Amino acid sequence: MSAVAVHSLWTTAADPISKIDAPKIEYGQLSPTLIVVGAAIIGVLVEAFVPRKSRYYAQLFVSVVALCAAFAAVVALAADGYATTKAGIAAMGAIAVDGPALFLQGTILLAGLVGLFTFAERRLDPETHGSRVDSFAAQAASVPGSDSEKSAVKAGFTTTEVFPLLLFAIAGMLIFPAANDLLTLFVALEVFSLPLYLLCALARRKRLMSQEAAVKYFLLGAFASAFTLFGIALLYGYAGSVSYGTIARVVDGTVATVDPALADTMGNDALLLIGAAMIVMGLLFKVGAVPFHMWTPDVYQGAPTPVTGFMAAATKVAAFGALLRILYVVLPGLRWDWRPVMWAVAIVTMLGGAIVAITQTDIKRLLAYSSIAHAGFILAGVIATTPDGVSSVLFYLAAYSFVTIGAFAVVTLVRDAGGEATHLSKWAGLGRRSPLVAAVFAVFLLAFAGIPLTSGFAGKFAVFKAAAEGGAAPLVVVGVISSAIAAFFYIRVIVLMFFSEPRPEGPTVAVPSPLTMTAIAVGVAVTLVLGVAPQYFLDLANQAGVFVR
Amino acid sequence: MENLIALLIAAPLLGAAVLLTGGRRLDAVGHWIGTLLAGASFVFGAILFADLLGKDAEHRTLTQHLWSWIPVEGFQADVTFRLDQLSMTFVLLITGVGSLIHLYSIGYMEHDERRRRFFGYLNLFLAAMLLLVLADNYLLLYVGWEGVGLASYLLIGFWQHKPSAATAAKKAFLVNRVGDMGLSIAIMLMFTTFGTFAFGPVLGSHEKPGLVTGASEATLTGIALMLLLAACGKSAQVPLQSWLGDAMEGPTPVSALIHAATMVTAGVYLIVRSANIFNLAPDAQLVVTVVGAVTLLFGAIVGCAKDDIKKALAGSTMSQIGYMVLAAGLGPIGYVFAIMHLVTHGFFKAGLFLGAGSVMHGMNDEVDMRKYGGLRKYMPVTFVTFGLGYLAIIGFPGLSGFFSKDKIIEAAFAKGGTEGWILGACALLGAAITAFYMTRVMLMTFFGEERWRRSETPSPAEPSVEPAAETHGEHAEPHPHESPRSMTIPMIVLAFGSVFAGGFFSIGDRFLHWLEPVTGHSHGDAPISAATVTAATVTVMVVGVTIAWLQYGRRPVPVVAPRGSLLTRAARRDLLQDDFNHVVLVRGGEHLTRSLVYVDHTLVDGVVNGTAASVGGLSGRMRKLQNGFARSYAVSMFGGAAILVAATLLMRAV
Repeated sequence: MSAVAVHSLWTTAADPISKIDAPKIEYGQLSPTLIVVGAAIIGVLVEAFVPRKSRYYAQLFVSVVALCAAFAAVVALAADGYATTKAGIAAMGAIAVDGPALFLQGTILLAGLVGLFTFAERRLDPETHGSRVDSFAAQAASVPGSDSEKSAVKAGFTTTEVFPLLLFAIAGMLIFPAANDLLTLFVALEVFSLPLYLLCALARRKRLMSQEAAVKYFLLGAFASAFTLFGIALLYGYAGSVSYGTIARVVDGTVATVDPALADTMGNDALLLIGAAMIVMGLLFKVGAVPFHMWTPDVYQGAPTPVTGFMAAATKVAAFGALLRILYVVLPGLRWDWRPVMWAVAIVTMLGGAIVAITQTDIKRLLAYSSIAHAGFILAGVIATTPDGVSSVLFYLAAYSFVTIGAFAVVTLVRDAGGEATHLSKWAGLGRRSPLVAAVFAVFLLAFAGIPLTSGFAGKFAVFKAAAEGGAAPLVVVGVISSAIAAFFYIRVIVLMFFSEPRPEGPTVAVPSPLTMTAIAVGVAVTLVLGVAPQYFLDLANQAGVFVR
Repeated sequence: MENLIALLIAAPLLGAAVLLTGGRRLDAVGHWIGTLLAGASFVFGAILFADLLGKDAEHRTLTQHLWSWIPVEGFQADVTFRLDQLSMTFVLLITGVGSLIHLYSIGYMEHDERRRRFFGYLNLFLAAMLLLVLADNYLLLYVGWEGVGLASYLLIGFWQHKPSAATAAKKAFLVNRVGDMGLSIAIMLMFTTFGTFAFGPVLGSHEKPGLVTGASEATLTGIALMLLLAACGKSAQVPLQSWLGDAMEGPTPVSALIHAATMVTAGVYLIVRSANIFNLAPDAQLVVTVVGAVTLLFGAIVGCAKDDIKKALAGSTMSQIGYMVLAAGLGPIGYVFAIMHLVTHGFFKAGLFLGAGSVMHGMNDEVDMRKYGGLRKYMPVTFVTFGLGYLAIIGFPGLSGFFSKDKIIEAAFAKGGTEGWILGACALLGAAITAFYMTRVMLMTFFGEERWRRSETPSPAEPSVEPAAETHGEHAEPHPHESPRSMTIPMIVLAFGSVFAGGFFSIGDRFLHWLEPVTGHSHGDAPISAATVTAATVTVMVVGVTIAWLQYGRRPVPVVAPRGSLLTRAARRDLLQDDFNHVVLVRGGEHLTRSLVYVDHTLVDGVVNGTAASVGGLSGRMRKLQNGFARSYAVSMFGGAAILVAATLLMRAV
């Protein structure tokens, strides 16, 4: 190294260092997420420092308070006009605070709260060795069937870590639909996915199945994440930016500045198209659209039922929120390219979910396929690319998530010696034994089927109407046909429950604590209210239907 | 004064409400409440009548708008009443005869423990019938139309413990539904054609027709035929005549009021009210006259063969309404006479039925005339009033029926052309048969031997034509006696009507002048003089009476009905109407349903089950893709992603 060079190094260093601006963070506008993340961290500390006996109550308290506070913050922001007039981009362009974001965050928080109640349920399983237990493994790290597991069970351990895991997942989900650049999107995706992988592995019974589900979910999720990440890289190569707004402007051609470092790739449409398709694919994986749905039945079946319920509801809300934002904010200029493809995806998703569900014999798998079909219905609304499309999807997601959590909560109640009795044959005659539980489940099934006076009908009607007005009438026809196919297996369960003789060795219905009762009651109430008087909520979704750019 | 119109309906409606909801505590006074409210309605009617008489002929239409019933953008239905000369005539007939029959029923139903309910139904009938004739639009008329149908159903089946009564009520209800479909289709057609169904805009007046002039003749013919179908149902005209005979299962006052004097004439009212539609649809008018002519012969023939006194009278009712329908079908030549005959018929037929009821009352509810005979000594009042009604209906010169029926026969000839001759001949033939069967009834009931005396024990194997007639008093010899005052007074009043109404209406053309402003009138071109027609009418009447006397007066009447000729046997079975309906409609319907069920099972269910099976099969195959291996799931995802990317790129390429 020559002296000159050394000198120049020196002088460069000696130049006045340009001041790095501290990032400007709008803490108020980000408060819902921050509250939940903070509570999750407190939850970790509780695990570390609070005695085992009191952890459950401490965790439950922290979680409930955090979710309620976060929801209150969302409401306050919305009331303050951040959903409409004051909507904007916060955190240096990373997070959008607008109507859809707040609406979906509110939905996720409420779904999370109801899901939390089912997580905390401790009266369904019989007491083991004098302590009440929940649906989660006594000690996740012990090998199934091993001595250490037995001693953990004997000691009455419970996995209270599920609460901070749940909170982390919710935090990621809150960011996911609000992310305004691709990196934030990816980070949020991982933040909510990783806790879910873990939660899936934590079932108290059928642990091997649960762990298998978790591994599958993790492997396939990682696979999908890789696609997404690769897509993000390609889009960056195309636009020279990861910000939604900038990419959209480059796609439109309104911004022509070329980053010299990316001169070779910028403006290459192949990169744009491939990248966009890959990102969308990652999101379609999360919502469970055909052909990226194959994890759904296995994971839904293997995961602890409270986790399944939460995951089916909240993941779908978050992922559809992100998908909407990508398609409406980033890629509206590509509408003519992605719409036909999404048409095809929506059609195979609706038909595939509905058709395969017919031959299912396990109630959780049945609901998994039903959720696939519903993903198809929601995609029909997404494809509308009209403001009505956005608001109808928002409404559908809100309606669907409470039905789902409620339905899975009912599944936790029907038990026999081996835990939950999920085989359909065991549900025969349930209506004679426990008319109330069967009736409640029937309400949820009718809502899934989209029978009038339930929220399912209002939601389905809204998305199909939006799709038809958005020029996707053939999609609506397929949607209605799939609904008819789907109605078959929903009604079949009702027929099974009410018009079959109960089996002598049939399952019993456990009497739950007020926690699960609340979850189910909220589910029924929301289902009926949104079904009988949907207008107020449709208006709300309508007002919340504008993305900030 | 207009405000009284609503009270006309309100009084009996109140009575129905009070009597049907009041419960047992009203049992003691219920019949008086019902009768008083019917009478009150008659008083209101009389006041309104006096008011109308005080006005010029052109200003005799009162309307009362109560409220807007169905206010929808282009579909306006109001609760508005119209009282003109036509409805006034009906109001007086309905409330007048109605009140008398209420009075009669007090005595007739004395021993029935459900008398209060009976009066409630009667009041309900009055209210519905008044609504029917007072409505100012077809939709409101339809309400009354269905209301009288309901009342009729309830009253035919009043003795519901008898299976025959329950069946008869059901039959009447079902047959009437066919007609009601006609009315509802007619109203729908009117709405689509004219955009309204109110009388004023649609019909206008007879000098200045309303919207009807703007419609095509085909449409008007359609509407008119549908109205005719409705009229056939309600007025028991061929082909919907089959229910009336069975309706005699109801208590006799019901037969008198509903199934003789008022409700069954609603069809005639409907046709005359819709005159402006029929006037512009000559084809439909022709059908109306044909229906009338066929029915008047049909009913008369059936009336000749029945041994059940009420069924004989029912056949006669059918036949007389046939006359009215025939007259209404003649157009302006006949409208006035149709209504005039309707009113006189209301008097004498109600009187005849009340007389029959009185006879039954004194004969242990026996209805078989072959077990009557020589009753004139025992029931002098009944005999005289019944006899006057009889003379009226056969058209004995000077009595009511003579004037009104004679006019109809004249009008039929005045129709002109071949039709005129045929219709006139039918009407004349009908008059002869009427004289025959009514004389038969008269002779079998009041003259001849006292066949009801049981000198010898009746053989148990005695064959019977009318099994229903033998339910009472099989072994107890009846003691014929005159009926109580409450029953004879209405009969006497009605007998006065039977005697004088026709003359009062006809002399000086009073009725013609009264009704003409509403219906219009023309004389037609009679090919033969009125005097000739009158002479012919009287002649055929005498012939009919003579034949009947030769057969039933000169010779003893056998207690057991002889086998009779083929025609007699057919007529006893109501000219095979029920067999026809059974073969054509019931069997036909069964075959139709069977074939539909077959199609449903094979074709529809086949397609449905086939679809379900194929979806299920597809499901089973697709399910195999879900093999549980994460690697194949990953391959599926990878393939999906590849297709997604390729498709996106392809979209750009095209």
